[in-house]
Order: sequence, then C-alpha cells, then structure tokens
Amino acid sequence: MMQRDADQPLLVAEGLSRWYGKQLGCRDVSFALYAGEVIAVVGESGSGKTTLLQLLSAQLAPSRGRVLYCMRDGAMRDLASLGEAERRFLFRTDWGYVHQDPTLGLRMTVSAGANVGERLMAIGWRHYGQIRRTAGDWLGRVEIDTGRIDDAPGTYSGGMRQRLQIARNLVTRPRLVFMDEPTGGLDVSVQARLLDLLRGLVAELGLAAVIVTHDLAVARLLSHRIIVMKDGEIVETGLTDQVLDDPHQPYTQLLVSSVLPP
Amino acid sequence: MSAVLELKAVAKTFTMHLQGGIRLPVVTGVEFAVRAGECVVLAGQSGAGKSSILKMIFGTYRCDAGSIRVHVDGSTVDVARAEPRQILRLRTHALGYVSQFLRAVPRVPTVDVVAEPLVIAGVQRDNARRRAADLLRRLNIPDRLWPLPPATFSGGEQQRVNIARGFISDLQLLLLDEPTAALDAGNRAVVVDLVAEKKRRGTAVVAIVHDDDVRAAIADTVVDVHRFTAAA
Repeated sequence: MMQRDADQPLLVAEGLSRWYGKQLGCRDVSFALYAGEVIAVVGESGSGKTTLLQLLSAQLAPSRGRVLYCMRDGAMRDLASLGEAERRFLFRTDWGYVHQDPTLGLRMTVSAGANVGERLMAIGWRHYGQIRRTAGDWLGRVEIDTGRIDDAPGTYSGGMRQRLQIARNLVTRPRLVFMDEPTGGLDVSVQARLLDLLRGLVAELGLAAVIVTHDLAVARLLSHRIIVMKDGEIVETGLTDQVLDDPHQPYTQLLVSSVLPP
Repeated sequence: MSAVLELKAVAKTFTMHLQGGIRLPVVTGVEFAVRAGECVVLAGQSGAGKSSILKMIFGTYRCDAGSIRVHVDGSTVDVARAEPRQILRLRTHALGYVSQFLRAVPRVPTVDVVAEPLVIAGVQRDNARRRAADLLRRLNIPDRLWPLPPATFSGGEQQRVNIARGFISDLQLLLLDEPTAALDAGNRAVVVDLVAEKKRRGTAVVAIVHDDDVRAAIADTVVDVHRFTAAA
C-alpha cells in the first residue's frame, strides 16, 4: 500500500552540489521524496544523474548542501552526521541499491541463495533453514527457478542476474531503493519482464525509489514523478505524465520528441 | 447539490521551443462546474480543446491561468496549483480518467490491468479481481481472455478493458475521453448503463462523446467548448 499522504518526507535533498575538482557533477539540486513514491531522474549521459544518486545514497559527500533522511524512529537526520553503525543499518537494511551492472551488486562466486541470504545474516538472522527458505521465496518472487538456488550467478543470464540483484536488495524490506539504469544493457523482451516485476514489487511493498534512467519508457512505467537534469542541474520536474505529455522546457521537449512515444 | 468540480478562467497555451518558440493557444476563459451525480458533456469539433480541458482537470497538462477546484471529502484541491503528490492522492481516491486508448503494460493479465486501481487504493487483490471479473463480464470480454495481457486484443476489446479499469473504483469525479468510439451498439449501451450507475452513486462526470445517441443518454448539461477556444 502506498503511503503518499504521510506528511513527513522520507528523504530531502537541499541545495546539493558536487564538483570533481573544477568539473561540475551536479549543482543546487533540491527535492523531497515521500514514502511509497517513485521518482525517475532522467537526462542524457553526463547530466549528473549518477552523481546525484551517489550523493543521495551517501556514497559521495556533497561539496555543498545536504541530504536529510527520516530514520525509522521518525527523526530527520543529515546523512553526513550519521555514525558508522547508523550508516551500516541504512546500507544493509533500510536501503537497497540496484546497479546497472549486476556484477557490482552481487557476489559472483557464491551461490544465488547465499547472495540473498547474506543480507539477512547481516541483520542478525541466524537460522539456516529460515534463511534458505526466505531466499528461496525471493527467488520465486523474482521468477528465478528455485532449482538454481545453489548455482553461482556467474552461470546466470543477464536478466536473471538483474532479478537476483533485486531479490538481494528487497529481502530486508527496505523503505528506499536507489536504482541506476536498472534495465540498461538488457534485451528489450528481458527489459519488459524486469519492468513488470519491478512495477509489481514497488507497488506491493510500498517502496520509495529513486531511479536513474535515460529511458523515458522506463520512467513512464515505473515513476510517479520525474526530475529532468541537464548539465548537472534540474531543468524541469513534475508528475510523470505532466513532464512527458506537456513538457515546458526546451530541453525536455527535445528529450521527449527524440524518442518514439513511450 | 454542491459542485464537485469548478473551473474558473482556465487558459492553456502550448509553447513549442523546437519550432522556434511558436505559441499555440488552445483555450482561454474556461468556466464551468459539475455537481455530484451530474454528467457534463464537452461539445465541439476536433481541435476545439476538449481533450486539453480534460487533461488539465486530471493534471496531465499544466494550466497557465485560472483555477480547477476539486471538492471532495470536505476539502478542496486546486489542481492548477497542487503539489504532485496531492494530485497523485486525488487520482488514487477521487479522480479517474478513462483515456481513448489503453496504455497496455506488457505481460500483465487483463484481469489485473482492470483490478489495479483498486489494489493501489488498498483493496485486497482477490476482492479487486472479483470486481474486475464482474465488469469484464458485463462488457462482454470472454473469460478465456482474462488471463491474457490485452496488448494483442482488438481495438474495441482494448477500449472495453480500459473502460472496466476506469469504472472499477468508486470515485467522485470521472473524466471520460470518447469512451465509446470503438464500440458496437450493444457495448455502447453497456457503457451508457455504467455511466448512469455512477451518476446514481453521486459521481460527477465530465465526458467527451461524439456519438449523438450516447450523448443524449448520458448528458445532463452540454458545454460548448467553442466559446473557450483561443484565437490563434
């Protein structure tokens, strides 16, 4: 169930900027994300999308500005002020991070079951049978034959690896998932399957998500709102159908008119 | 009965930046209201701005001026100025839009496409599917099609799936964009019945209908859009 009416945002970006030396990553990005809400960040390569995702997920420190996150006790905390234990809690439990390249988000030499079970062990699960059962459930939910639970992801196809990465991320029931081009590099038919799966899981679990994509069809299908970025800055934001069907800024009009209707 | 929807001085112009910034005025000074249980039909030829008005009410098109007030559950939301999440909440609980064409999601079975708005609003999936099945049956979609994704269905079948999806929730304000365009007489009659049922339950309806019989059957008020059409 979506809880969009919660009055307190889950995550707030305030004036986020990041330079790499003299090179601008992103500048003055501000927005609020609420529980159960999916935001797509769109824009071409080099527009600052991935920098923004890394800033939001505390993998990169901002040059200016800050990110506030609503902890499970309801307190809004500046990510830069968190202690190591709190950061670990976010990374292991409350957040998920789905990489475009699943080999970055998976351990390729251990079994699929262990890849999923590992996140549970990290939050204190100790009962082997329970961990294995839950891992098996999740493989089923992401449409991986549970007969493959003991195989390493190195033996999986690209689409299966991506679904496994999603299972690994969602097994701890995070409240927020960051996704960097989750369907990039997959065949179109494999993409469609992954999108349906993601769409179903996001709605069912009431997940909030920030999805970086250059594919407007992905944004249309998965997101409630869109942020359009160009040269490191936000050029337009709004409801997904608003931005795609009635784009106002020249750059957004160019972006929308450059693709077949999604 | 008090108004569920009130438009005042609504105006819309498209600016096409890729065509040298050319401005295309669509409508200006749009003003009408819809009460609970009333069906207002927007009339006017193609290009008069009917769909644009509907899309502004739903929040898909931004409006440049004026207000679009939706009064539901004791509170008022001005769609012209509302935050995205206020509009999303309105769409989940109060405001529905039946477009001309189904935007099919690959791989999702028809029965779930129809049930989805209820599931999103928090209804249990089994209950939602039962109500979806009732509607699909009424709209003469054979049950062997229910487990299949609608992408390969005929135009008329897709439109009926879309209607079922649009009518499944009990919303206070329903926008219909040519819901019967691709339907035969029998199915048009079903849609007329469905609209009448919604009105009896107090739903306010704004519709675009080109079929004269359907219009005569559902309209309480006809608003001629020509008087709002902006001079180019």
